Amino acid sequence: MNGDEACCEGALAVGCRFFAGYPITPATEIAESMSRRLPKLGGIFIQMEDEIASMAAILGASWGGVKSMTSTSGPGFSLMMENIGLGICTETPCVVCNVQRAGPSTGLPTAVGQGDMMQARWGSHGHYEIIALCPASPQEMFDMTIRAFNLSEYYRLPVIILADEVVGHMNERVIIPREDEIEIINRRKPSVSREDYLPYEADADGIAPMANCGDGYRIHVTGLTHDDRGYPAMNAHAQEQMVTRLVDKIRNNREKIISTKNFYLDDAEIVVVSYGISARSSMQAVRNARNEGIKAGFIKLETIWPFPEELIRSVAPQVKAMMMAEINGGQMVLELERCAHGACPVSLVSNYGGAILHPALIQSAIAKAARGKI
Amino acid sequence: MIMSDKRERHILLTGFGGQGIVLAGDILGKAATLYDHKHATMTQNYGPEARGGACSSQVIISGEEILFPCVEEPEILVCMSQEAYTKNIKSLRPEGTLIWDTDLVHTRKADLRERTFHIPATRFAEQLGTKMMANIVMLGFFSAVEPIVHAEALKKAVSDSVPASTKDNNIHAFNKGREYGQAIIKGAVKPEPGTHQD
Repeated sequence: MNGDEACCEGALAVGCRFFAGYPITPATEIAESMSRRLPKLGGIFIQMEDEIASMAAILGASWGGVKSMTSTSGPGFSLMMENIGLGICTETPCVVCNVQRAGPSTGLPTAVGQGDMMQARWGSHGHYEIIALCPASPQEMFDMTIRAFNLSEYYRLPVIILADEVVGHMNERVIIPREDEIEIINRRKPSVSREDYLPYEADADGIAPMANCGDGYRIHVTGLTHDDRGYPAMNAHAQEQMVTRLVDKIRNNREKIISTKNFYLDDAEIVVVSYGISARSSMQAVRNARNEGIKAGFIKLETIWPFPEELIRSVAPQVKAMMMAEINGGQMVLELERCAHGACPVSLVSNYGGAILHPALIQSAIAKAARGKI
Repeated sequence: MIMSDKRERHILLTGFGGQGIVLAGDILGKAATLYDHKHATMTQNYGPEARGGACSSQVIISGEEILFPCVEEPEILVCMSQEAYTKNIKSLRPEGTLIWDTDLVHTRKADLRERTFHIPATRFAEQLGTKMMANIVMLGFFSAVEPIVHAEALKKAVSDSVPASTKDNNIHAFNKGREYGQAIIKGAVKPEPGTHQD
């Protein structure tokens, strides 16, 4: 099956029963698959008037107690930004899959891009933390959609899957485990009486138990800065308290959230960092470089946000150079530079989209770096 | 002979939107992964048009994990339209195999490699009831002239991939293409004269 279909299957396997979206290449197959599969499972599929409404609908469905998601590509992702912020502020579990195509604007509808990395991080206004995952194959589309739901349910926020056109449209074998082999995490429910429940009063780990609409608890949901009751609190103190918690529940748990796969780091002198479809080109390039006697290593980012700051900080002083391979003008390379903190030179291997990175391009950058030229 | 395990086999299927080029690539990949238990990856190129635009599907089959999924220099090139032929013929490896639809492509003699095969797949499909099955006729033909995956695996994959009501017709179309290919390989049938541009 292709990556889009695998995303749908992963969502269904982890219990998603509500999808609202607006079709857009190259994410259309997610919506199509959902429209075929959800009604048979007692779920709901709605084709919305646009992506603003789609995002609003999945937030509402989540408060109704149903795991929900939407899918889109660049232009739709831009429209979703405001309501993604609403989801963050109201701590609403849901999943947004952005199958990236080349932009800006309408760009290349049928061709690959990875230009929305920073938009996923900072696209909605105000300050917040986000979780975003980057699959590199249809199998990972399946696996990471499950993880995205689990993270969103646990940490109570919209989790973003940053896929790309090639991963979405690529057909490969996908192994779907047995139902009892799939880990499913559901949102924490209140353990106190109705009288004592405060919808935004967090447990010690910074995460507040969530009562759904209709559970009988008193809830109030607003995008305004709010107190533990969920009521608007228009002052700097409440703002400081609320945003601190929104930020800290992710920052303080980043070790549990961050996932990378590291290859040949033990003796690596040149380390490539990459994600999504570019990770496959990078892995090929690193293997080729190894065959030519260059001590190359590879870090594959599975979570892109939060960025694996500690890992980069520990690797950078031990290597000759690091480079980021990505399909944009240089977005995640900024994070790599920031975290390498001058301990080693950092470079970028990239194009602006339309085609995936060729392993030879990355390999020649590795060879150049090995010769001390960067 | 089924392929040696490790080597990546690069196949490029080309035509125009609506011919089922992507479906053909999907079936080939399914046959290789689900029934021959190899690794395969299929990616596609197409434009914003729903039908009629240039279209290709790139299939890589290997005994090992495939990293870079693009087919740049195919060893097997299947052309089901003139535009696809003109656009892609230069990418075919010198020792590669060229396969085309007899009625839809005028080849250039200068382009022809040692291994060339053609079949009037669309005409055969029309004779079987609908030209929509031209892709399946072509897959049957492919299985005879380039046995990269088992024919039985391909047949199962065809059955899995077409609407249930058309399964028998599609298997029939597959067999038609395969038998024609086998007859040509054995020399029992002389291929029709292809039309050339030069």
